[in-house]
Amino acid sequence: MEHIRTTKVEQVKLLDRFSTSNKSLTGTLYLTATHLLFIDSHQKETWILHHHIALVEKLALTTSGCPLVIQCKNFRIVHFIVPRERDCHDIYNSLLQLSKQAKYEDLYAFSYNPKQNDLERLRGWQLIDLAEEYKRMGVPNSNWQLSDGNREYKICETYPRELYVPRIASKPIIVGSSKFRSKGRFPVLSYYHQNKEAAICRCSQPLSGFSARCLEDEHLLQAISKANPVNRYMYVMDTRPKHRMQSWWATQKDIGRIIVRISSKIWNDEKIRESDEKKRLNAMANRAAGKGYENEDNYSNIRFQFVGIENIHVMRSSLQKLLEVNGTKGLSVGDFYSGLESSGWLRHIKAVMDAAIFLAKAIMVENASVLVHCSDGWDRTSQVCSLGSLLLDSYYRTIKGFMVLIEKDWISFGHKFSERCGHLDGDPKEVSPVFTQFLECVWHLTEQFPQDFEFNEAFLLQIHEHIHSCQFGNFLGNCQKEREELKLKEKTYSLWPFLLDDQKKYLNPLYSSKSPKFAVLEPNTVSFNFKFWRNMYHQFDRTLHPRQSVFNIIMNMNEQNKQLEKDIKDLESKIKQRKNKQTDGILTKELLHSVHPESPTLKTSLCFKEQTLLPVNHALRTIEGSNPADNRYSEYAEEFSKSEPGVVSLEYGVARMTC
Amino acid sequence: MDEIEVSLTGSGRGPRSEVLAVGGGNSCETVRSLLPRGLLNSCPAGVASCPASSCPFQSPRWPRLTLLESVLLLGPRPTPSAMEFSELIRTGGAQAKLLRGPEVPPLHGTLCVTGHHLLLSPGPQATSDLWLLLLRSVDSIEKRVSGDSGTITLRCKDLRVLQLDIEGVEATRDIARSIEALSSLESVITSFPFFYRPKGLRLGDAWHFHPPERYYKRVARETNAWRLSEVNEDFSLCPSYPRAVIVPRAVDDDALACCARFRQGGRFPVLSYHHAPSGTVLLRSSQPLTGPQKRRCAEDEELLWAVLAGARPGARGFILDTRSAQAAKQARMTGGGTEARAAYPGWKRLHRPLERGRPLQESFVRLVEACGYLAQSTDCWRSRLEACHWLGHVKEALSTACLAAQAVEREGACVLVHGAEGTDSTLLVTSLAQLILDPSSRTVAGFQELVEREWIQAGHPFQLRCAHSAFSHARPKHEAPTFLLFLDCVWQLGHQFPLSLEFGEGLLLALFEHAYASPFGTFLCSSEKERCLCEVRTRTHSLWSGLNQPKEQRKLRNPLYVPSPLAIWPSVEPQSLRLWQGLFLRWTRPNLQR
Repeated sequence: MEHIRTTKVEQVKLLDRFSTSNKSLTGTLYLTATHLLFIDSHQKETWILHHHIALVEKLALTTSGCPLVIQCKNFRIVHFIVPRERDCHDIYNSLLQLSKQAKYEDLYAFSYNPKQNDLERLRGWQLIDLAEEYKRMGVPNSNWQLSDGNREYKICETYPRELYVPRIASKPIIVGSSKFRSKGRFPVLSYYHQNKEAAICRCSQPLSGFSARCLEDEHLLQAISKANPVNRYMYVMDTRPKHRMQSWWATQKDIGRIIVRISSKIWNDEKIRESDEKKRLNAMANRAAGKGYENEDNYSNIRFQFVGIENIHVMRSSLQKLLEVNGTKGLSVGDFYSGLESSGWLRHIKAVMDAAIFLAKAIMVENASVLVHCSDGWDRTSQVCSLGSLLLDSYYRTIKGFMVLIEKDWISFGHKFSERCGHLDGDPKEVSPVFTQFLECVWHLTEQFPQDFEFNEAFLLQIHEHIHSCQFGNFLGNCQKEREELKLKEKTYSLWPFLLDDQKKYLNPLYSSKSPKFAVLEPNTVSFNFKFWRNMYHQFDRTLHPRQSVFNIIMNMNEQNKQLEKDIKDLESKIKQRKNKQTDGILTKELLHSVHPESPTLKTSLCFKEQTLLPVNHALRTIEGSNPADNRYSEYAEEFSKSEPGVVSLEYGVARMTC
Repeated sequence: MDEIEVSLTGSGRGPRSEVLAVGGGNSCETVRSLLPRGLLNSCPAGVASCPASSCPFQSPRWPRLTLLESVLLLGPRPTPSAMEFSELIRTGGAQAKLLRGPEVPPLHGTLCVTGHHLLLSPGPQATSDLWLLLLRSVDSIEKRVSGDSGTITLRCKDLRVLQLDIEGVEATRDIARSIEALSSLESVITSFPFFYRPKGLRLGDAWHFHPPERYYKRVARETNAWRLSEVNEDFSLCPSYPRAVIVPRAVDDDALACCARFRQGGRFPVLSYHHAPSGTVLLRSSQPLTGPQKRRCAEDEELLWAVLAGARPGARGFILDTRSAQAAKQARMTGGGTEARAAYPGWKRLHRPLERGRPLQESFVRLVEACGYLAQSTDCWRSRLEACHWLGHVKEALSTACLAAQAVEREGACVLVHGAEGTDSTLLVTSLAQLILDPSSRTVAGFQELVEREWIQAGHPFQLRCAHSAFSHARPKHEAPTFLLFLDCVWQLGHQFPLSLEFGEGLLLALFEHAYASPFGTFLCSSEKERCLCEVRTRTHSLWSGLNQPKEQRKLRNPLYVPSPLAIWPSVEPQSLRLWQGLFLRWTRPNLQR
């Protein structure tokens, strides 16, 4: 509260983001402890959570006032014009403070209160039980067991307490292997395919810098391949691009050359140049040791495979480019497509998808276990493991299963949500849309397989909303250990029960639940199948959306079908009853009365339902929403500059939940 | 079936000139039922069966043909019966294998060329049906010979690519030459629609579905400021207009004649659409012939003034020129031009340049090329898509139509649309604007009426524009995919308003196919006048009656349709426009729908 100086500013203009003639809505801006709220003259509310703000900019003063541009992490961009510069400055400063908190305890989750008691809160946190999930997969079994090595986070701080490893891998082997792997993230089980008895395992890169070997690590990998009774060889997938690794690997053979190369690199690095010789050598050694991949000569029965997913920095700048392109006013079709291509975003999505497909194929076709790693094993590895499991196991395509998948492969295995989403004021270089990419891959799958997912697009958007909102505890912190230290389960609420309560909104009406458990998805990755995800990157630019939703119609029809089926059953049971009674010869007046009054009420209820089946109101509203004035056909014809009636627009209601 | 089999395999290498009449609507489908009694031997034009009274040269109602016109229309020889298809067919038949795409099994059988079709008969013991392709739909043909066999690649106007592996080098050459000759016949009245006699349809059935009088009846119910003029009864005023046009009641036929002389091709301003809720109208015409001297025409000015007077009081007018201001000015040098501001009080000119003609055709060709590359490589798809500019044309067409519709509905203004000739982008804009504004044109029947009224009868030269599709190697002269662009825009509307169109993608695809090659006569010729001369209406079947058969209807309808009385305003941002995969990737897309 101490950051808020002005709570209310009147006569603020909200500019249309894409209008070239600066069309705007006038209204009042309110600043609360958690939200920025704009209410326009038609009483339409725009809520912006402070934690969603990625960037606030105050532009140069204009004749109409002081422009304030706010970019949000959920890709909402608002452009206000505040009449007085002092107000603008106050709000700007407040938002700067409020959007970048220094401590976890200042985040919204710690003050958010959905009016639940402690028991409900605890039950919410227990909704997703990973031990239960491993049991569902079929572990522990004769080949895989629960290891207690990390019970106190002694072997690896960023892993969860409970890890599954091959039964024949002893504790010394695990400890030895963890010393050889970056951040101690040794190979552990991520997914076990019951039918094929093959496993997806994950780890970080080996520290094999100067041709180092680690016998324990070699043993552990052997143990993993032996845990698969069907196939003796296993795949090791390095998710990093081959060219990046190879250029390094080539020089690695000649240590002298690499030292020259690294030192020349270090010389260019401003900070290190100042340091002394000893520090330089240290850095050199670290760099050399910090990169590497398994040497096929040292490991028996492994097949090494690179799949080219770029690092977090490339991804961040790619998304940045994409957002720059589609934020352009008066964008032409040509610029849009060339921008889309040059941003490389869809190429990166395709790379992630290709990697997951490779993984799924290795298990389905060759019956081979797969070990996935990147550098630290928490970004690209999480993407590939989770997406691969999603392709293999239809359970993860249900609402509950998807929550389990995120909880397992992302939250528990230490994807650094707080750093990647920039929850706290930290290093901007650690921020990267890794999880967004995962959601986008899933969206592409839902587009290609409309019947195989229980959830719809709104579910993905809602999850994306909440990884940034800091409203629930699930995504705070960077690993399980940190979360326990923050006592999140006692101080905050879990997102999942709230999503499950709202399940109706997130159901895919086309879902056919009859598919077998191990129905594998085989997506096609021809490049025209990768489309720009408009509903994500323009979620709040309603004028760009299709005007009518087939989804809603089908939902309503399903709803009505269910009701009708229920009615049929009711009536049938009534008929049966009546027949029974007739045969018994006890046809009383009472019974007649009990049947007949039913029919008129039934009729009215049917009529009522028919109205919901044909959502005329809904159609009216959306068509009305498509107003010519919103679509900027006539930017050049000044004649047309008549003010237009306001638009009824539909929000996803995401921000609403927060208030 | 048996009879066909015999006639195909039994009749050696002699010249063949059978013309098949085939049941089942589509030109390029495996046909389930054949009508053996429909075989007309050596009678390409079927003239003998026509009653003498309907001969174009004798009927007093018909305008007299000049020699030049008759040559153009009836082909290189004045009497059609003199031309025998047999001269062009050089082969009896050959064993061949047909490859229809990556996921369709190949078809083996006897290949045979007839006057209008390519047939593949799979042999007596085969389970599959006879395969048949309308030769008119072949856009380009490529043959390769290696060793003992040859390969012919046929690229069709509906963007399909077929491959025929034929036994025998000589047979390959003969078949290729026959196809080449027969698919490029330019004569209208020897074309297949004049021989196509499907079961269940009667000639002349549906030609009275959508006369201009019908639309006038509707306009007359809404306002009496307009009248139906038959000034163009004999097509003397404007060869590309239909006989009856709707004009302001205050303007008499003599004035119309003066207007016609002032407008290119005689296309004086006529009513395209009356928007009852706002009492305003959409008009179309061609450019005025102001020329370098800035000529004026009092009657033309009066006509436009009468339009404003007849609309709601105080209405303004917009002249939407589909050329840039620069191009409109330049047109003066060649006799054209645009309306001078001072001469037309109350009217304001807007310029919205739309691409037409060759650049549009090239864009189409490049897009189809890009889609063809998909099979081989997957990279730079979006760069290729960008390079062909097709979606840019879609965006421009849609936003111009929206601008016109916005002026009519929201500004309460009258709008006159014209470009140069008024037969291409003008029709694109007026028809799209109607689709946006008028709920009745979004029904199946209404859309058919719209296409008939705003494209076919309004004089879009289909015969010229759709002579070749994207694969032809011939230098394009008059070809332009304007109608395809219209269909694509309609598809975009349907994509954004999935509940508002009563028809689905199926109807749009059917229209695309039939506009380029069809067994029906609907898209034949370039204007009503030519259609009269060729007696298209009495001697061919209408596509509409073909499409309106119950079994076809099911494929064309949109099951989600909910009628709505409101205007549908699409988004024209690049993020909202999609490539029409159902058309451009129809045959290359590996997995169609799951």
